[in-house]
Amino acid sequence: MTALLKAQGISKAFGGVHALNNCSLSVEKGSITGLIGPNGSGKTTLFNVMTGYVKPDVGTVEFEGKDITNARPDKVFALGVGRTFQLTRIFARISVLENMLVATQREEGWLRGLTRSMSSKTELDSAMEWLDFVGIARLAKLPAGSLSYGQRKLLELAYVLVADPDVILLDEPAGGVNLTLINEISQKIRALNELGKTFLIVEHNMEFVMSLCHSVTVMHQGSDLVTGAPADVRSNPLVLDAYLGGSDDDDIIEEIAHG
Amino acid sequence: MLLQKKNLLWVVALVIALFVPQMITNPAYRQIAVITLIFTACATSWNMFSGYSGYVALGSAAFYGTGAYTMALMANHMHVPGNGDMFWLVPLGGLAAVVVAIPVGLVALRVRRHTFVVITIAIFFVFQLSAINANFTGGTGGLTLPYVPWQIQNYHLPFYYVALVVLVFAILLSAGVRRSRFGLQLLAIRDDEDRALGLGVKVFQVKLTGFAMSAFVFGMGGALYAMMQGQIYPQFVFDPMFDITIALMAFFGGFGTLLGPIIGGLVLESAQQYLTVTYSNGSLYLILFGVLFLLVILFMPQGIVVFVRDRMAQRQDRLESATKQVSNETPVAQGVHS
Repeated sequence: MTALLKAQGISKAFGGVHALNNCSLSVEKGSITGLIGPNGSGKTTLFNVMTGYVKPDVGTVEFEGKDITNARPDKVFALGVGRTFQLTRIFARISVLENMLVATQREEGWLRGLTRSMSSKTELDSAMEWLDFVGIARLAKLPAGSLSYGQRKLLELAYVLVADPDVILLDEPAGGVNLTLINEISQKIRALNELGKTFLIVEHNMEFVMSLCHSVTVMHQGSDLVTGAPADVRSNPLVLDAYLGGSDDDDIIEEIAHG
Repeated sequence: MLLQKKNLLWVVALVIALFVPQMITNPAYRQIAVITLIFTACATSWNMFSGYSGYVALGSAAFYGTGAYTMALMANHMHVPGNGDMFWLVPLGGLAAVVVAIPVGLVALRVRRHTFVVITIAIFFVFQLSAINANFTGGTGGLTLPYVPWQIQNYHLPFYYVALVVLVFAILLSAGVRRSRFGLQLLAIRDDEDRALGLGVKVFQVKLTGFAMSAFVFGMGGALYAMMQGQIYPQFVFDPMFDITIALMAFFGGFGTLLGPIIGGLVLESAQQYLTVTYSNGSLYLILFGVLFLLVILFMPQGIVVFVRDRMAQRQDRLESATKQVSNETPVAQGVHS
């Protein structure tokens, strides 16, 4: 197995806060990799570094062996790294379908946008297909701002998928979503993975992570603490310590230990 | 069907616009008509960038003034005769505005929201002060353009039709942008710029292109105005009230809609000019506008176009649900009888 997306020795400080401290993470091609850790352990910052939203102070990010450390988000996306946000971000005042169309041409030059219509037939079809895949095709004509929180999560997933990225970074896909929808999202991810998509997932829902991921990395205070198969990570004393030391959330420790 | 009806309305509007000068023969009112067209074109163009992208620019008078000075300087230095030939300089005024807008955009578009508004205002004042103090702009005395010896009775006719061409151009440009991928990207930037960036939208290039494109119409408007007036002063072509007026037209009619700024421009500018001419009182309109805007903000904060559209949609819904109810009730009634 080769690493499709790799962060090495990343450090990032915001003022005096060391959000990331010599953190490394490797996402194998074709895998579903989980990223867990207590709140404030730097998971989202690592996501931001890996997708070009934040420049690291030290360290490198590689995608398919190419250095993308200081590439801007649009460039990173064009190369084939798609992401969602923890707090879902959609374009509220345009329609669901138009949301999808924003993302359809990831490698297109910006001047081309002036001379072409909003969408071609193929783009429209593929947008509708992906909306159908996540199950919100019937909402295509509505303004995206009128969607519920769960539907927004689905839309966000769909418009990342429509650009056909090779690796997809999901920031808490199950956060604030009901159980039925969590299972649905979990199934979609597995189905896409079988089609060859690689995933990196930040999530607090342990059952979700443990059942879905091939490999799990635990972060603690800005560094990667442990990486391994879900079963190994679960029983690792360091991990229990990290959660115990980092927060007083006994439920989570219980969940990690007994899953 | 609906689309054809819509297109028909545009054609009717254009035909009416073509015959306005035949209905209005008083030169003073014809001048009002020309200025109204120029301002409506500017409001449409302003909305094409600011309305779609959400970047409220309040320094566009810099481009209007640039167009006006370009017209004056070129006509004088190139010894263009005072006749219809000068109209060829109008697009050049637009181009000059684009050339100026690119560096302005490179600076201003690095910041967002309120900071962007303030930066555009500041840049505008740099232009105004430069025009007042530089030698080649004629300082406070401004510049005189070649005299166009047309009869006073029909003096404004050519200006009217050229201004109409500029307005139609601005509308087509705005409509084209709205339907293009580029327009979609502007709308995405308005809703969430960082998310758009993460979906491959080259936000800075898109913003800069939109900004420069809108400057083109401002430059043409300024050039046309300068030619018609025959004399320009820095405080009138680089006027801070210009941007307030343009922005209010767009907000009044419907910010971010194609039709809004057209309606806003036609209504407000003609009303302002009419009041000024009729009562020879340059500030009467301010009072009326103030009241009008309070009413608009209170009762239709998204502008007239959106307000009317929503009301029509509601009525449609009510009609539909009413017919549905009737068709639902019929079988029940039959059931009772049988």
